[in-house]
Amino acid sequence: MTSETADPLDTAVIAPAADPGFLQRYGASIEYILIPGAALAAALITFGGFVALFGKSPLDLYWYMYYGAFGTWFSWQNTLTRAAPLILTALCTALPAQLGMVIIGGEGALLIGALAATSAALALQSMPPLVVQLAMVVAGMAGGGLSIMLAGGLRHYRGVNETISSLLLVYIALAILNHLVEGAMRDPASLNKPSTREIGAANMIGSIPGTDVHWGLVFGLVAALAAYVLIYHTTFGFAARVAGGNIRAAKIVGLSVGQLILTICFLAGSCAGLAGMVEVAAVQGRTNANLAVGYGFTGILVAFLARQNPLAIIPVAILLGGIGASGGLLQRRLGLPDASVLVLQGIIFVFVLASDALYGRIGFLKGKS
Amino acid sequence: MDFGGISRRHLLQGGAALGLSAAAGLKPAFAAETTIGFIYVGSRDDYGYNQAHAQGAAALKKLPGLKVIEEEKVPETDAVEKTIESMINLDGATLLFPTSFGYYNPHMIKMANKYPKLHFEHCGGLWTDKDPKNAGSYFGYIDEAQYISGIVAGYTTKSGKLGFVAAKPIPQVLRNINAFTLGARLANPKATTQVIFTGDWSMPVKEAEATNSLIDQGVDVLTCHVDGPKTMVENAARRGAFVCGYHVNQSPLAPKAYLTGAEWNWEALYPKFVKMLAAGESIPNFYRGGLKEEIVKVSPYGEAVSDEAKKHADEIKAKFMADGYTIFKGPIKDNKGNTVIAAGTDRGQKDPELEKMDYLVEGVLGATS
Amino acid sequence: MADGSIGLWTVPLAVLGGAIRVSTPFLFVSLGECITERSGRINLGLEGTLVMGAMSAYGISYLSGSPWLGVLAAGLTGALFGALHAGICSLPRVNDIAVGIALMLFGTGLAFYLGKPLIEPTAARLPAIDFGWWSDIPQLRAALRINVLFLIGVALAPLLFWAFRTTRWGLLIRTAGESADAARAMGHSVLLIRLRATMAGGFLAGIGGSFLSLFYPGSWNEGLSSGQGITAVALVIFARWDPMLCLWASLAFGGAAALGPALQSVGVTSGYHLFNAAPYILTLLIMIITCSPKRTLSGAPAELSITR
Repeated sequence: MTSETADPLDTAVIAPAADPGFLQRYGASIEYILIPGAALAAALITFGGFVALFGKSPLDLYWYMYYGAFGTWFSWQNTLTRAAPLILTALCTALPAQLGMVIIGGEGALLIGALAATSAALALQSMPPLVVQLAMVVAGMAGGGLSIMLAGGLRHYRGVNETISSLLLVYIALAILNHLVEGAMRDPASLNKPSTREIGAANMIGSIPGTDVHWGLVFGLVAALAAYVLIYHTTFGFAARVAGGNIRAAKIVGLSVGQLILTICFLAGSCAGLAGMVEVAAVQGRTNANLAVGYGFTGILVAFLARQNPLAIIPVAILLGGIGASGGLLQRRLGLPDASVLVLQGIIFVFVLASDALYGRIGFLKGKS
Repeated sequence: MDFGGISRRHLLQGGAALGLSAAAGLKPAFAAETTIGFIYVGSRDDYGYNQAHAQGAAALKKLPGLKVIEEEKVPETDAVEKTIESMINLDGATLLFPTSFGYYNPHMIKMANKYPKLHFEHCGGLWTDKDPKNAGSYFGYIDEAQYISGIVAGYTTKSGKLGFVAAKPIPQVLRNINAFTLGARLANPKATTQVIFTGDWSMPVKEAEATNSLIDQGVDVLTCHVDGPKTMVENAARRGAFVCGYHVNQSPLAPKAYLTGAEWNWEALYPKFVKMLAAGESIPNFYRGGLKEEIVKVSPYGEAVSDEAKKHADEIKAKFMADGYTIFKGPIKDNKGNTVIAAGTDRGQKDPELEKMDYLVEGVLGATS
Repeated sequence: MADGSIGLWTVPLAVLGGAIRVSTPFLFVSLGECITERSGRINLGLEGTLVMGAMSAYGISYLSGSPWLGVLAAGLTGALFGALHAGICSLPRVNDIAVGIALMLFGTGLAFYLGKPLIEPTAARLPAIDFGWWSDIPQLRAALRINVLFLIGVALAPLLFWAFRTTRWGLLIRTAGESADAARAMGHSVLLIRLRATMAGGFLAGIGGSFLSLFYPGSWNEGLSSGQGITAVALVIFARWDPMLCLWASLAFGGAAALGPALQSVGVTSGYHLFNAAPYILTLLIMIITCSPKRTLSGAPAELSITR
C-alpha cells in the first residue's frame, strides 16, 4: 500500500538510462537530495515564522540550532549520542516498509530488547565480559525481533493491521516492563527508582575512544549499512521489494510472502531491540522505566523522513539528534518551551510528506522528454 | 524574602570558589556572573513537583550577580548528562541542580567525576562517601508536613476513611503514606488510609478514577503523591471530599475543600545554598532537613479545619520546630501484623533505615506490590 | 453499609461510572474516525487532534468563561486539523497513514507549546446533569452525574448509523470509500468528499478532547491523553466501521480503564500495571479474534489503505 513512497531508490535503480544527458541520468538521484532539502528548508522557515509570532528572532533561532547541534565538538558529540538509538529504531520502521508495512512499535521492541538483554547479563554474571556482552546483543535482538515478528505474524496469519497492533504492543511492553521492574526483577537496593539489578561496570560497553559517544553509534551505522546491502543488493531484498510492490505478483513468481514478512519483521524488531540493549549496556547499566523516553517514536519520524532508505536514515537521524541536542539551548537562550522540538519535528514531517508529490514533476530535472 | 546580605563582591568570590574561574586563573571577564543550571524532569509549571523547584529557581533569579538557566522535560537518560555538559560548555554553568531522583546514578555521578571543579547539587539522592566530593544530595523530610496533614485529616474525616492517590510503591512515597496515616491515627486512632497506586507520576485519568473509587469506598479526605496533584484536588472537591495538597499550595483550586498540605520550601533553601557558597563555606554533601530547617512547610489551614485540629497540629508542628519529635517511634506494626520498628526504638528523621522503607503501617489499606 | 461504604459493589459501580466518564473521548474520536474511514481514508492523527482539542477548549473556556465556546473551539480546531490532513493527502502519492503520524506529532507538540500558560489556571467547566436523583446511594448518584456531551455522543451513534444507510451524503461517503471510480463516475469529487469527511472526523475528535479538559478529568495538562485518540482509531477497526459497535466498544473501554484503580480500592493490589494495560490487551485480543486473513473484513471500505 505504500509502495510508491516506500521505495525511493526503486525507480532510481531500475529506471532505464535511455538518454545519456546528465540530468536525464542523474535527475532522479538529484531529486532525492533536492526535494527533501527543499522540504526541510521550507519547514525551518515555517518554524522560524512560528517562533516569530511569539516575539523571538528567527535568526537567533537558526543560530542556536546550529550552535547547539553542530557548532562545537561538544555539540557534535551531543548530536551523535542522540542519533545513535534513532538509527536503530528507524530501521524498525524502514525495513517492514519495504514490504509495504507500517510498523510503529519500535518503542515496545526497544523495551523488550532491553529487558531481554538485562536478563541475559544478570543470568551470566560469572562469565567474562565479552561473553556477557555478546549474550546481551543476542538476547536484545531476539527479544525485540520477536515482538515485531508477532505484529508481522498477526498481520499475515490473522489479517490484524500491523500499524495498530504494533502500537498496542508498545503499551503492553511498557506495562510488562513496569510490572517486572517493580516486582519480580526489582533490585531491593533500587530505592526510589525501581530498577533491575545492575549488569556490572565490567559488562558495560563504554564509549568510542577519544569521544563521549557510546558504541551504539557504531552498532547503528553497521546495522544501517547491513540493511542497505540486504535490501538493495541481495535476492532476498529484491524479493521483499517485489512483494512490497505487489503481493499478488510476488505470489505468482513463487515467493513465500509469509516467510518474507516474518523475517523482515524479526530483523526490524531486532534493530530496535539492539537499541534497547545499547541503552542498558552503554547508558543506564540496568533496566527501569527511564528506558521509555520515546526513541522508538522518534525513529518512526526518522524512517519516514529518510523515505525508508536505510542509508538515508543515517544523516536524518543525525539531523534529528541535532534538533534534540539544540532543544536545550532553545529553552535556555530563547525561552522557548520544550515542546518546540515536537512542533519543529511535526512541521518537518508534514513538509517532507507533502513533498512526496513533487517527485518526477520538477521540470528541469525531466530533461527534454 | 530578603537575601540582600549577599553583595555582588561576595558572589564574585563565590563564583571564583566554585571553580572554573579559579581554574582559569581568575580571568576577570569570566567572573562577572555565576551561572546556575536547573534541570527538571517534567514541565516546570505542573502545579506540583517541578513547579516547586522552579519557584526555588525563581527566588535565585531575584538575587544580583546570578544567572539562572533552566531546562524542562529532560529525561533520566544520557540526555541529562548532555544537558549538564551543555550548560557547562555552552553557558558556563558552575553550579548545577538536577532535580529528579533518576538523574543521580549513574548520570550526575558521571558528570561530577568528569567536572571535578564544578558543583552538583541533586535533589533526592543518597550521597555516600563513595560518591564524588563535588556532588551533594539534598532533600526535605516532607513526611513531617504529611504528618501534620494527617492530623488535620484525622480530625476532619467523618467516616474515618482517608484516601491516598500514589504513583509508585517506592520508599519516598511509602514514607509519606505512613506518616500521613500515623498523623491521622494520632487524631483518630480508628482512622484508616486506603491507598491506590496509579503506576506512574503523571496519569490524570487514572488519578481521577482512583479519586472516584476512593470516594466510592467512603473516603472523605484525600491526599496524594503524584507529580501534579491538580487532578486529584479538583475531582475530590467536586465530589464533596476534603483534600490535603502536596508539593505546592493548591488551595486556589478548591478553597473550600483544601484543608492544608505538605509543601516544599525550595525558595528558602536555594538562596541559602548560594549564600553558603558565596561566604566560602561548602554545602554539606548530604543535606537534609524538615520543617525546622525550612526545607518543607505546611500550607495555611483552610476554613474547614476545626480549632481542635489546628491546636493539635500546631502543637506537633512546634515540637518539630524545636527538634523534639519523632514520627517513626516504636512500636510500629506494618499492615500485615509484623513489627517493623520495635518498642523503644526511635527512628529519627536521619535514620538511613527510613530511606529503605518497604512497608505500609497498620491502618493503611493496600499493598506495596 | 452504615458507614456509607458499598464494599465490593465499588467494582461494578466504578466500571459503570468509568464507562460513562471515561468512554466519551473514545466515543467521539471513534465516531469521527468512522466517518473519515468510511470515505476511504484513515486519519491516525486524531490523537494529536484530541490533545489539540483539549488544549484549545480549555484555553477558550478560560478566556471567555464559557465552556461551550470552548467545546466549539475544540471542534473547529479539530476540523482545521482534519482539513490539513485531507489537504496533504489529496496531493498525489502521499500516504495517509504517514500524514496521520505526522499530525499526531504536530498536534501534540503544538498543544503542549501553546498550552504551557494554561496548566495553572482553572477554566469554567462543563456542567453535569444529575441522573441519579432517584437513588439514595451517593456512589450511584455520583456515577450518574452525566455530561451532555456523553448523551450527544450516545445519540450520535444511531444517528450516524441511520445516516450512513439512508441519507444522500451517507451514500456519497460510502461510495467514495467503496470505489473512488464509481464516485467519480457519478460526477462527484472524491477528494472533496474525503475532505469533508476528514473535517467532520476532526471536528468530533476535537470535541472528544474538550471533554477531557473541560469535564473529566477536567483540567489541561500534558499527560491528559494516554493514547485515547490512537486507541479509538484502533477501536473503529474492530467495531467494523459500524457506529453502533463503536458505541458499545467505547463503553467497554471506559469500563476497562476504571478497572485497575477500582480493583485496588477493594484490595486486589497485585499486578496493577497489567490491569492498567487492560484496554490495550483487550483491543489486541478483539482484533486477533475478529480479523481474518482469508477475507476482507465485513463492512471494511474497499478503498481504505489498511484493509487492502
